[in-house]
This record gives sequence, structure tokens and C-alpha cells, in this order.
Amino acid sequence: MSQPISVHNLKAWYGTQLTLKSVDMELPASQVTAIIGPSGCGKSTFIRCLNRLHETLPGARVEGDVHLGTQDLYKVDPVDVRRMIGMVFQKPNPFPTLSIFDNIALGLRLGGVHNRGQLREAVERSLQMAALWGEVKDRLSEPATSLSGGQQQRLCIARAIAVQPEVLLMDEPASALDPVSTLRVEELVEQLKDTYTIVIVTHNMQQAARVADETAFFLNGEVVEFADTTTIFTNPTDKRTEDYITGRFG
Amino acid sequence: MQQRQNFDISLRELKLQLLHMGGDVQESIRKAIEALKIGDMVMAGQVVHDDIHINQQEHEIENLCIRLIATQQPVATDLRKIVAGMQIATDLERMGDNAVDIAKTVTRLQGQTLIKPLVDIPQMATIVDTMISNALNAYVENSLDLAEDLAIQDDEVDHLYRRMMEELFSIGKDRPDVAHQAMSLAFIGRYLERIGDHATNVGEGVIFIITGKRSDLN
Repeated sequence: MSQPISVHNLKAWYGTQLTLKSVDMELPASQVTAIIGPSGCGKSTFIRCLNRLHETLPGARVEGDVHLGTQDLYKVDPVDVRRMIGMVFQKPNPFPTLSIFDNIALGLRLGGVHNRGQLREAVERSLQMAALWGEVKDRLSEPATSLSGGQQQRLCIARAIAVQPEVLLMDEPASALDPVSTLRVEELVEQLKDTYTIVIVTHNMQQAARVADETAFFLNGEVVEFADTTTIFTNPTDKRTEDYITGRFG
Repeated sequence: MQQRQNFDISLRELKLQLLHMGGDVQESIRKAIEALKIGDMVMAGQVVHDDIHINQQEHEIENLCIRLIATQQPVATDLRKIVAGMQIATDLERMGDNAVDIAKTVTRLQGQTLIKPLVDIPQMATIVDTMISNALNAYVENSLDLAEDLAIQDDEVDHLYRRMMEELFSIGKDRPDVAHQAMSLAFIGRYLERIGDHATNVGEGVIFIITGKRSDLN
């Protein structure tokens, strides 16, 4: 079962620069939440605080509470946090020296799974969920880099879900893909949301409108508006949201 | 810096096209009523003939809206402006059809002497003319007040229509020889009443653009 994420009074710094200014959000379980906003508004920083990646940067600092269900993520080992919260990045980043199979199996092996049968089963299940199994089942030993960009991104999604996380963070997951691959990733997001709490950062307004149940508009490190996606894209409350989504600024 | 200038220019173009179409519809209604008053079948025929231009304008507005949806992916107020713009064009086109209905009725009357002086019909025509102006002004000025006032004006039209129907029914009952003309005049009243309803629809479209909420002015 996926779990909701509760964020309270979350602040993040790069050195002395305050990038997130007291963010409060409740991200519902088994739903897709889109984070939109102009470049530099703090949306990537926000999701990197959810899986504690932000604090790995030199000089970066975080304050506030992030709970997954009842668990305080800032009181858990960061390695465990990243196992519970998978992440997919803008550019597909498969391990270039590893095969398709080993790209998926690596996280499981690091988690202590070495039984060949169990690994095969988990790799197949992950690739099935990422809608990639049919395309790669006969070439699992080939290098992951032999796949197309769209396939590599779905491989990265399969890799993220192989360790059975509860949350999937996606930072502009389709911005480097062609329209067909983009739609496949979007369909995948729709299918995966029953199993995972999904948070997706996107610059593509139509993509947010298509895939997200809830949408948050960030500006200057603050949440300007957070509401169901239909409301945000048909009748937003705040003029700044309206101006951004209609392309009047940003 | 202002962005999406081309899109904003297109939205202004949509507004201008709707205003132009609205002006033509008003002109058709005025002509149809004038033709009734003076029994001018040529003028009535002109209203029927000119309807093709109103229909063309509706298609042009629809095409513009379809193009903007396809190429600009509008959202929020922009999307409501475009969707409501299409609905307003449809309502204006229906008003134009009602003007044609009035004109055809005038043609069927063939210049007969009217069974009673025209009182309620010109009054209704004046009010619906004002309603169309107000509806279009509400659209141009984003005026909720003007849009909402259309409900009051529509009630006036409905009241006149009911009064007129009662009078015509009474005349038709007493004088079966003029029942046909009484029915024709009743139809004209009905067409004007429908035009008033379409004007309130335009007002509802304006309210939707401004607030994003649905309303019922009718």
C-alpha cells in the first residue's frame, strides 16, 4: 500500500540562499501530484527534500518535517529513505556498463537479494509494470544503452520500482523524450499510481493537466496554489497561477 | 514583458468578430420588425437572404476557436473565453434564425392589414435589442452586472409575451376569420421571446468567462 506524504514548514537552503520558504503540503497516497512553476522556483529542490537528496549537496541544508505515513523521514537512515522513495530523473540514466537485467537487479542485490530465481521474477515484474517487458524480454543481457531514449527512461522507472518503494518521484521524466515516448511514460504514470504515491515535476502544462490528480504551483520557493488539477487548469484562484499557466510569465 | 502577444491578438480578433456578428444579428431583427410594421415583403426577403452572412460568421468564429484550441492549448480564463465564444456565436446564429422566422412570417402575411395596432411586439423588440447590446457589452467589458441584469430584462420580455398571447387568444376566439393572423403574430412574439432567451445565454457565457461558474439567467 502506498502512503501519503505530509510536509510541514519545510525550508531548504543552498548555502545562505533560502530556496524553499516554509512549504506545507499533504500529498495523497495513490495519486499523482504535479509540481509546476518557472525555473528556479524550488520545485526540484522540493522533491529532492522528500527523498533527502538535497542534503547531499555541499552547503545544502533542510529544516522542517517530512512524514511518509507516520514515519518521520528525517529520522530514518537516508539510504532507507531512498529505498522507500524512488526517483526518476530528467535524462534517462541507466548504468552504462550494465545489461538491461543487471540495471534492474542491482538495487535488489544491494538490498541483499541474491537468489537467481527471485531476481528474475522481480526483474520481469518491474519491466512488466514499466510496460517494457514485451520489448526487451529477448535481450535482457544486452547493454541498457542499446535501448532508445524512451525505453531507457522506462528502464529507469522499472529500476526505481524494482525495490518496491512506496513513493515515486519524477523530475521532468519526459522532457528529453519524443512525443510518442512521452505519452507512453504518461500512460505508465497513470497505471502506476494505484500502487505508488507519485510526485512529478514538469514544465509541460499539458502533461500536468493530463496525468496529475492534484497540482501545486510553486513560485519563489513558496506554494502559491495547491488544488485538484481540474481547478488549477480551468479556474485557478490566484492570479499568479493564472498568469503562469496561461503563459503570461515564466 | 508581455508574452503570448499573437495569442492575445487572436483573442481580441475573436471578440471583434463576435461584436460584428452581434451587430449584424441586431440589424436583421430590426429589419424584420420594421418589415412587419410597414408590411414590406422586400425588406423581409432581404433579412432571409442576409442570414447566410450570419451563418458564415458563425463558422468563421468556430474555425478561429478550433484553431486557437489546437495551436495554443488554452487553459483557465483563456479556455473559457474560447469555449464561451463558440457558445455565444451559436446563440447569435440562432437569434439570426429567429429574425429569419419573423421575416418569413411577415412574407406569409402578404401585407394584410393588421388586426390590431402593434404595441407589445415593438416593445419586446426594443427590449431584446437592448438585451443583445447589453450582452455584447457585458462580454466586451467583462461586466458581471450587465450580464446579470439580462435576467430582469428577460422577465420583462416574458411578461409582455404572456400578455400578448392572452390578447391574441381572445381576439382569435371572438373572430375566427382573423385567427390565422393572430397565430402568426403569436409566433412572432414567440420568436422574440426566444431571442431574449438566447441573449440570456450569452450573459451566462460572460458570467462563466469571468467567474468560471455556471449560472441560469433564464
